[in-house]
Amino acid sequence: MVTEERSHPDLQKPGVVKDDYQFGFHDDAEALVKLPKGLSAEVVNTISDLKNEPEWMRKLRLRALEHFHARPMPNWGGEIDIDFDDIHYFVRATDRDEESWDDVPEYIKDTYDKLGIPEAEKKGLLAGVGAQYDSEVVYHNIREDLEEKGVLFLSTDQALQEHEEIFKEHYSTIIPANDNKFAALNTAVWSGGSFIYVPKGVKVDVPLQAYFRINTENMGQFERTLIIADEGSEIHYVEGCTAPIYSSDSLHSAVVEIICKKGANVRYTTIQNWSNNVYNLVTKRAVAYENAVMTWVDGNLGSKLTMKYPAVYLMEPGAHGEVLSIASASGGQHQDAGAKMVHAAPNTTSVINSKSLAIDGGRTSYRGLVKIYEGAEGCKSNVRCDALMLDDKSRSDTYPTMEIDEKHVDITHEATVSKVGEEQLFYLMSRGLTEDESTKLIVNGFIEPIIKQLPMEYAVEMNRLVELQMEGSIG
Amino acid sequence: MSGPLLEIDNLQISVADLQIVKGLSLTIAAGEVHAMMGPNGSGKSTLANTLLGHPRYTVTGGDVRFKGDSILGLRPDERSRLGLFLAMQYPTDVPGVSMINFLRRAMSARRGEEIPVKEYRKELNEVLGRLQMDESFVRRYVNDGFSGGEKKRAETLQLGLLNPELAIMDETDSGLDIDALRIVAEGINEFRSESNGILLITHYQRLLNYVRPDFVHVLADGQIVESGDFSLAERLEAEGYDPILERVAEGASA
Repeated sequence: MVTEERSHPDLQKPGVVKDDYQFGFHDDAEALVKLPKGLSAEVVNTISDLKNEPEWMRKLRLRALEHFHARPMPNWGGEIDIDFDDIHYFVRATDRDEESWDDVPEYIKDTYDKLGIPEAEKKGLLAGVGAQYDSEVVYHNIREDLEEKGVLFLSTDQALQEHEEIFKEHYSTIIPANDNKFAALNTAVWSGGSFIYVPKGVKVDVPLQAYFRINTENMGQFERTLIIADEGSEIHYVEGCTAPIYSSDSLHSAVVEIICKKGANVRYTTIQNWSNNVYNLVTKRAVAYENAVMTWVDGNLGSKLTMKYPAVYLMEPGAHGEVLSIASASGGQHQDAGAKMVHAAPNTTSVINSKSLAIDGGRTSYRGLVKIYEGAEGCKSNVRCDALMLDDKSRSDTYPTMEIDEKHVDITHEATVSKVGEEQLFYLMSRGLTEDESTKLIVNGFIEPIIKQLPMEYAVEMNRLVELQMEGSIG
Repeated sequence: MSGPLLEIDNLQISVADLQIVKGLSLTIAAGEVHAMMGPNGSGKSTLANTLLGHPRYTVTGGDVRFKGDSILGLRPDERSRLGLFLAMQYPTDVPGVSMINFLRRAMSARRGEEIPVKEYRKELNEVLGRLQMDESFVRRYVNDGFSGGEKKRAETLQLGLLNPELAIMDETDSGLDIDALRIVAEGINEFRSESNGILLITHYQRLLNYVRPDFVHVLADGQIVESGDFSLAERLEAEGYDPILERVAEGASA
C-alpha cells in the first residue's frame, strides 16, 4: 500500500503571498528607554548601569569596546557600509521580562501574533519560548517539568543576575572579546539573548525556541546567547528572526557560544528571515568534548548582507560536528555563509553540507574552513557545498579552505555550481507542470537534504520562505 | 473521434543551424500504433523531442497538428496537458523530488485539478502492480540513481498514470533485459486502446514482437524512406538497414 509522503501543502498553491517580505510591518510604540545614537564608553556604561551589572561585566564591556575601535573592518566577505554613529545601541521596550503571555504589553503581543508565535507554544510543540523585542527579552517561559529537572532557560541578562557563578565560568570563553570586530562590538553592547543550561543526563525532547524581532529604525540588535549542555544531555534550540523594512539599514550582530560536554547532543537551528535592510554579522561557535555531537542547522533567507560561519571545535576524541545550511539570496542581497570545523583531537568527525540559491541577481558565497591539527589521527571530514543559480544575473562563489596538518585522516570535499537545467525543466514541463511549478520543484529538491533535517513545522516554514523569495522573481 | 490525432506535415527541424529532419510527413489516427525505425543519427529522437517542444530544437518548416490544431507555438506543458506524452530515451534525474510527489503533481496537471489522495493511491498501486514494481520505487527521487531498466519502467509507469491520447515512446526498449522488456511491453499493450495512438521509436524489431504495430516506417537522413506493415520490420531484422540505405543513396545520385 502506498501512502502519501510528507508534503508541504503551501508549496502546492502558487502565488500564496505576493509581497516580497511579509513581516515588513512595524508598530509605532514609544520605547521606554532609547539611548541616543552613537557608540562611546558612556553608552556602554549606561547599558551596564541600566542592567545593574556586576563590575567585571562592565570592565569586560569597556575592554571589548577598545578591541572594537582598534580592529579594522574585515576586508573580505561582503561589502559593509555601516555608519556606527547612526545606530541606537540600546532600546528598551518594557521594563519586565514576563513569564505570562497575558502580561506582555498589548502592542508587542500584536507583533508576535502577526508572526504566529504564541500558536506554536499553545499547541505544545515547544518546551519553552523566549521572545526578544529590540534590545531585551520581553517574554520567556519554560515547561514546568523541565524547570523541575533543573533546566535553565532565561534571558542572558537575567542569567547574569540570578546565576552569576555558572555564567561567569563560561561566558566569553568560547568567543573572546577580541575574537573579531563584530564579536568585540557585541561584547561591548550586548543585551538580551538566551541562556540555557541543561543538567547532566537531562534530555529535552522538544525544541526550545526564541524569536528575535527588531522594531526600531536604525537599531542595532546585539543579543548574546550562551548554551551549556552538561554531560550526556540533549537539547534542540531554535531561533527565528524578523525585522520591519525601513529606509535605513539596521544591524544585527549576535554572538552565540555553546559548550557541549562529554556525550552531550546539541542542535541549534536558525531560520533567519530579516528584511532586506539588515546587516547580519554573527559569530557562532561551539566546543564539543568527548563523544559530544554539535549540529548547526542554518537557514539564511533575508538580510542585505549576512556573514556567518558557524564553527565547531572538536576538542576530544569521538566528538562530532555538523553544519547543515541553506542560503538564499535575491536581488540586492548577499549571503556570505559557510562553516568552520576545527579538529583538535584524534578520531573526531565533521560534516558540512551547504546549499545556496541565487535568484534574480542575488549573490551567494560559500566560505568554509576545515582544520586538522597535527596528531589528530583518524579524523574524518566530509564537505559538500552546492550552489544553484536561477538566472544569468545571479552570482555564486565558493571559497573553501583546508588546513590539514595530519596525514592519517579522511577528508572529502565536493562542490558544485549549477543552473536550473534545460533538461530538468523540459522533463517536468513535458509532464504538464508549468515552468514556475517545475522550477520550484527543482529548487525544493535541491534543498531537500537540509529541509528533511528540520522538524516538520520548520520544514514547512522554510520551504514557504524559499517559495516566497522565488515568487518575487519568477511569479 | 473525427479526424486524425496527429498530423505531421512536411516537418523540418534544425539543431544549432544543422538540419536534422528534412521534410517528414506522418499521420496517426486514434487506435493506431506506428513504429518509427531507423539507424542511429537518422533523426528519430530529434522528431520525438520536437513533438513535445524541446527548446533546443527549431522547427524551420512544416507543421504539426494535434487533434486538428497546430501545436508548434505551444510550450511543453501545454502540449502535455492537451494529451501528448513522451517516454524519453534518457530521462533526466531530479534529485530531492520523490517520484510519489512528482507523479501526483503530473497527474493533477494533466487533469486540470488536484487529484484526491485516495484516488491517487488507488491508481498508483494498480499501475505499480501491473508493472511488477515495488512501492518502495516511488519513494525514491525522480530517476536519481535509477538503472537503465528502472528508468524505462518509470517512464512506462507515467504512461499508465497520465493516460495520454498520443504516446511517443523513444527507444523505451533499449537497455532492457528480456524480462524487463516483456513487462514494459505489457504496460504499453495495457495502455493501447481504440481511443489513443502510439508512436514507437526503436532501433530494433524485438519490442515490436510484443507490441505489434499497425504501420512501420523507416527514417533515414531526416526523411521517411519506406513505410509498410509489420513485414517491413521483419525484413529489417533479417537484412539490416543497409539495403534500404543503399537504395536511397542510389535514388539520390540517379
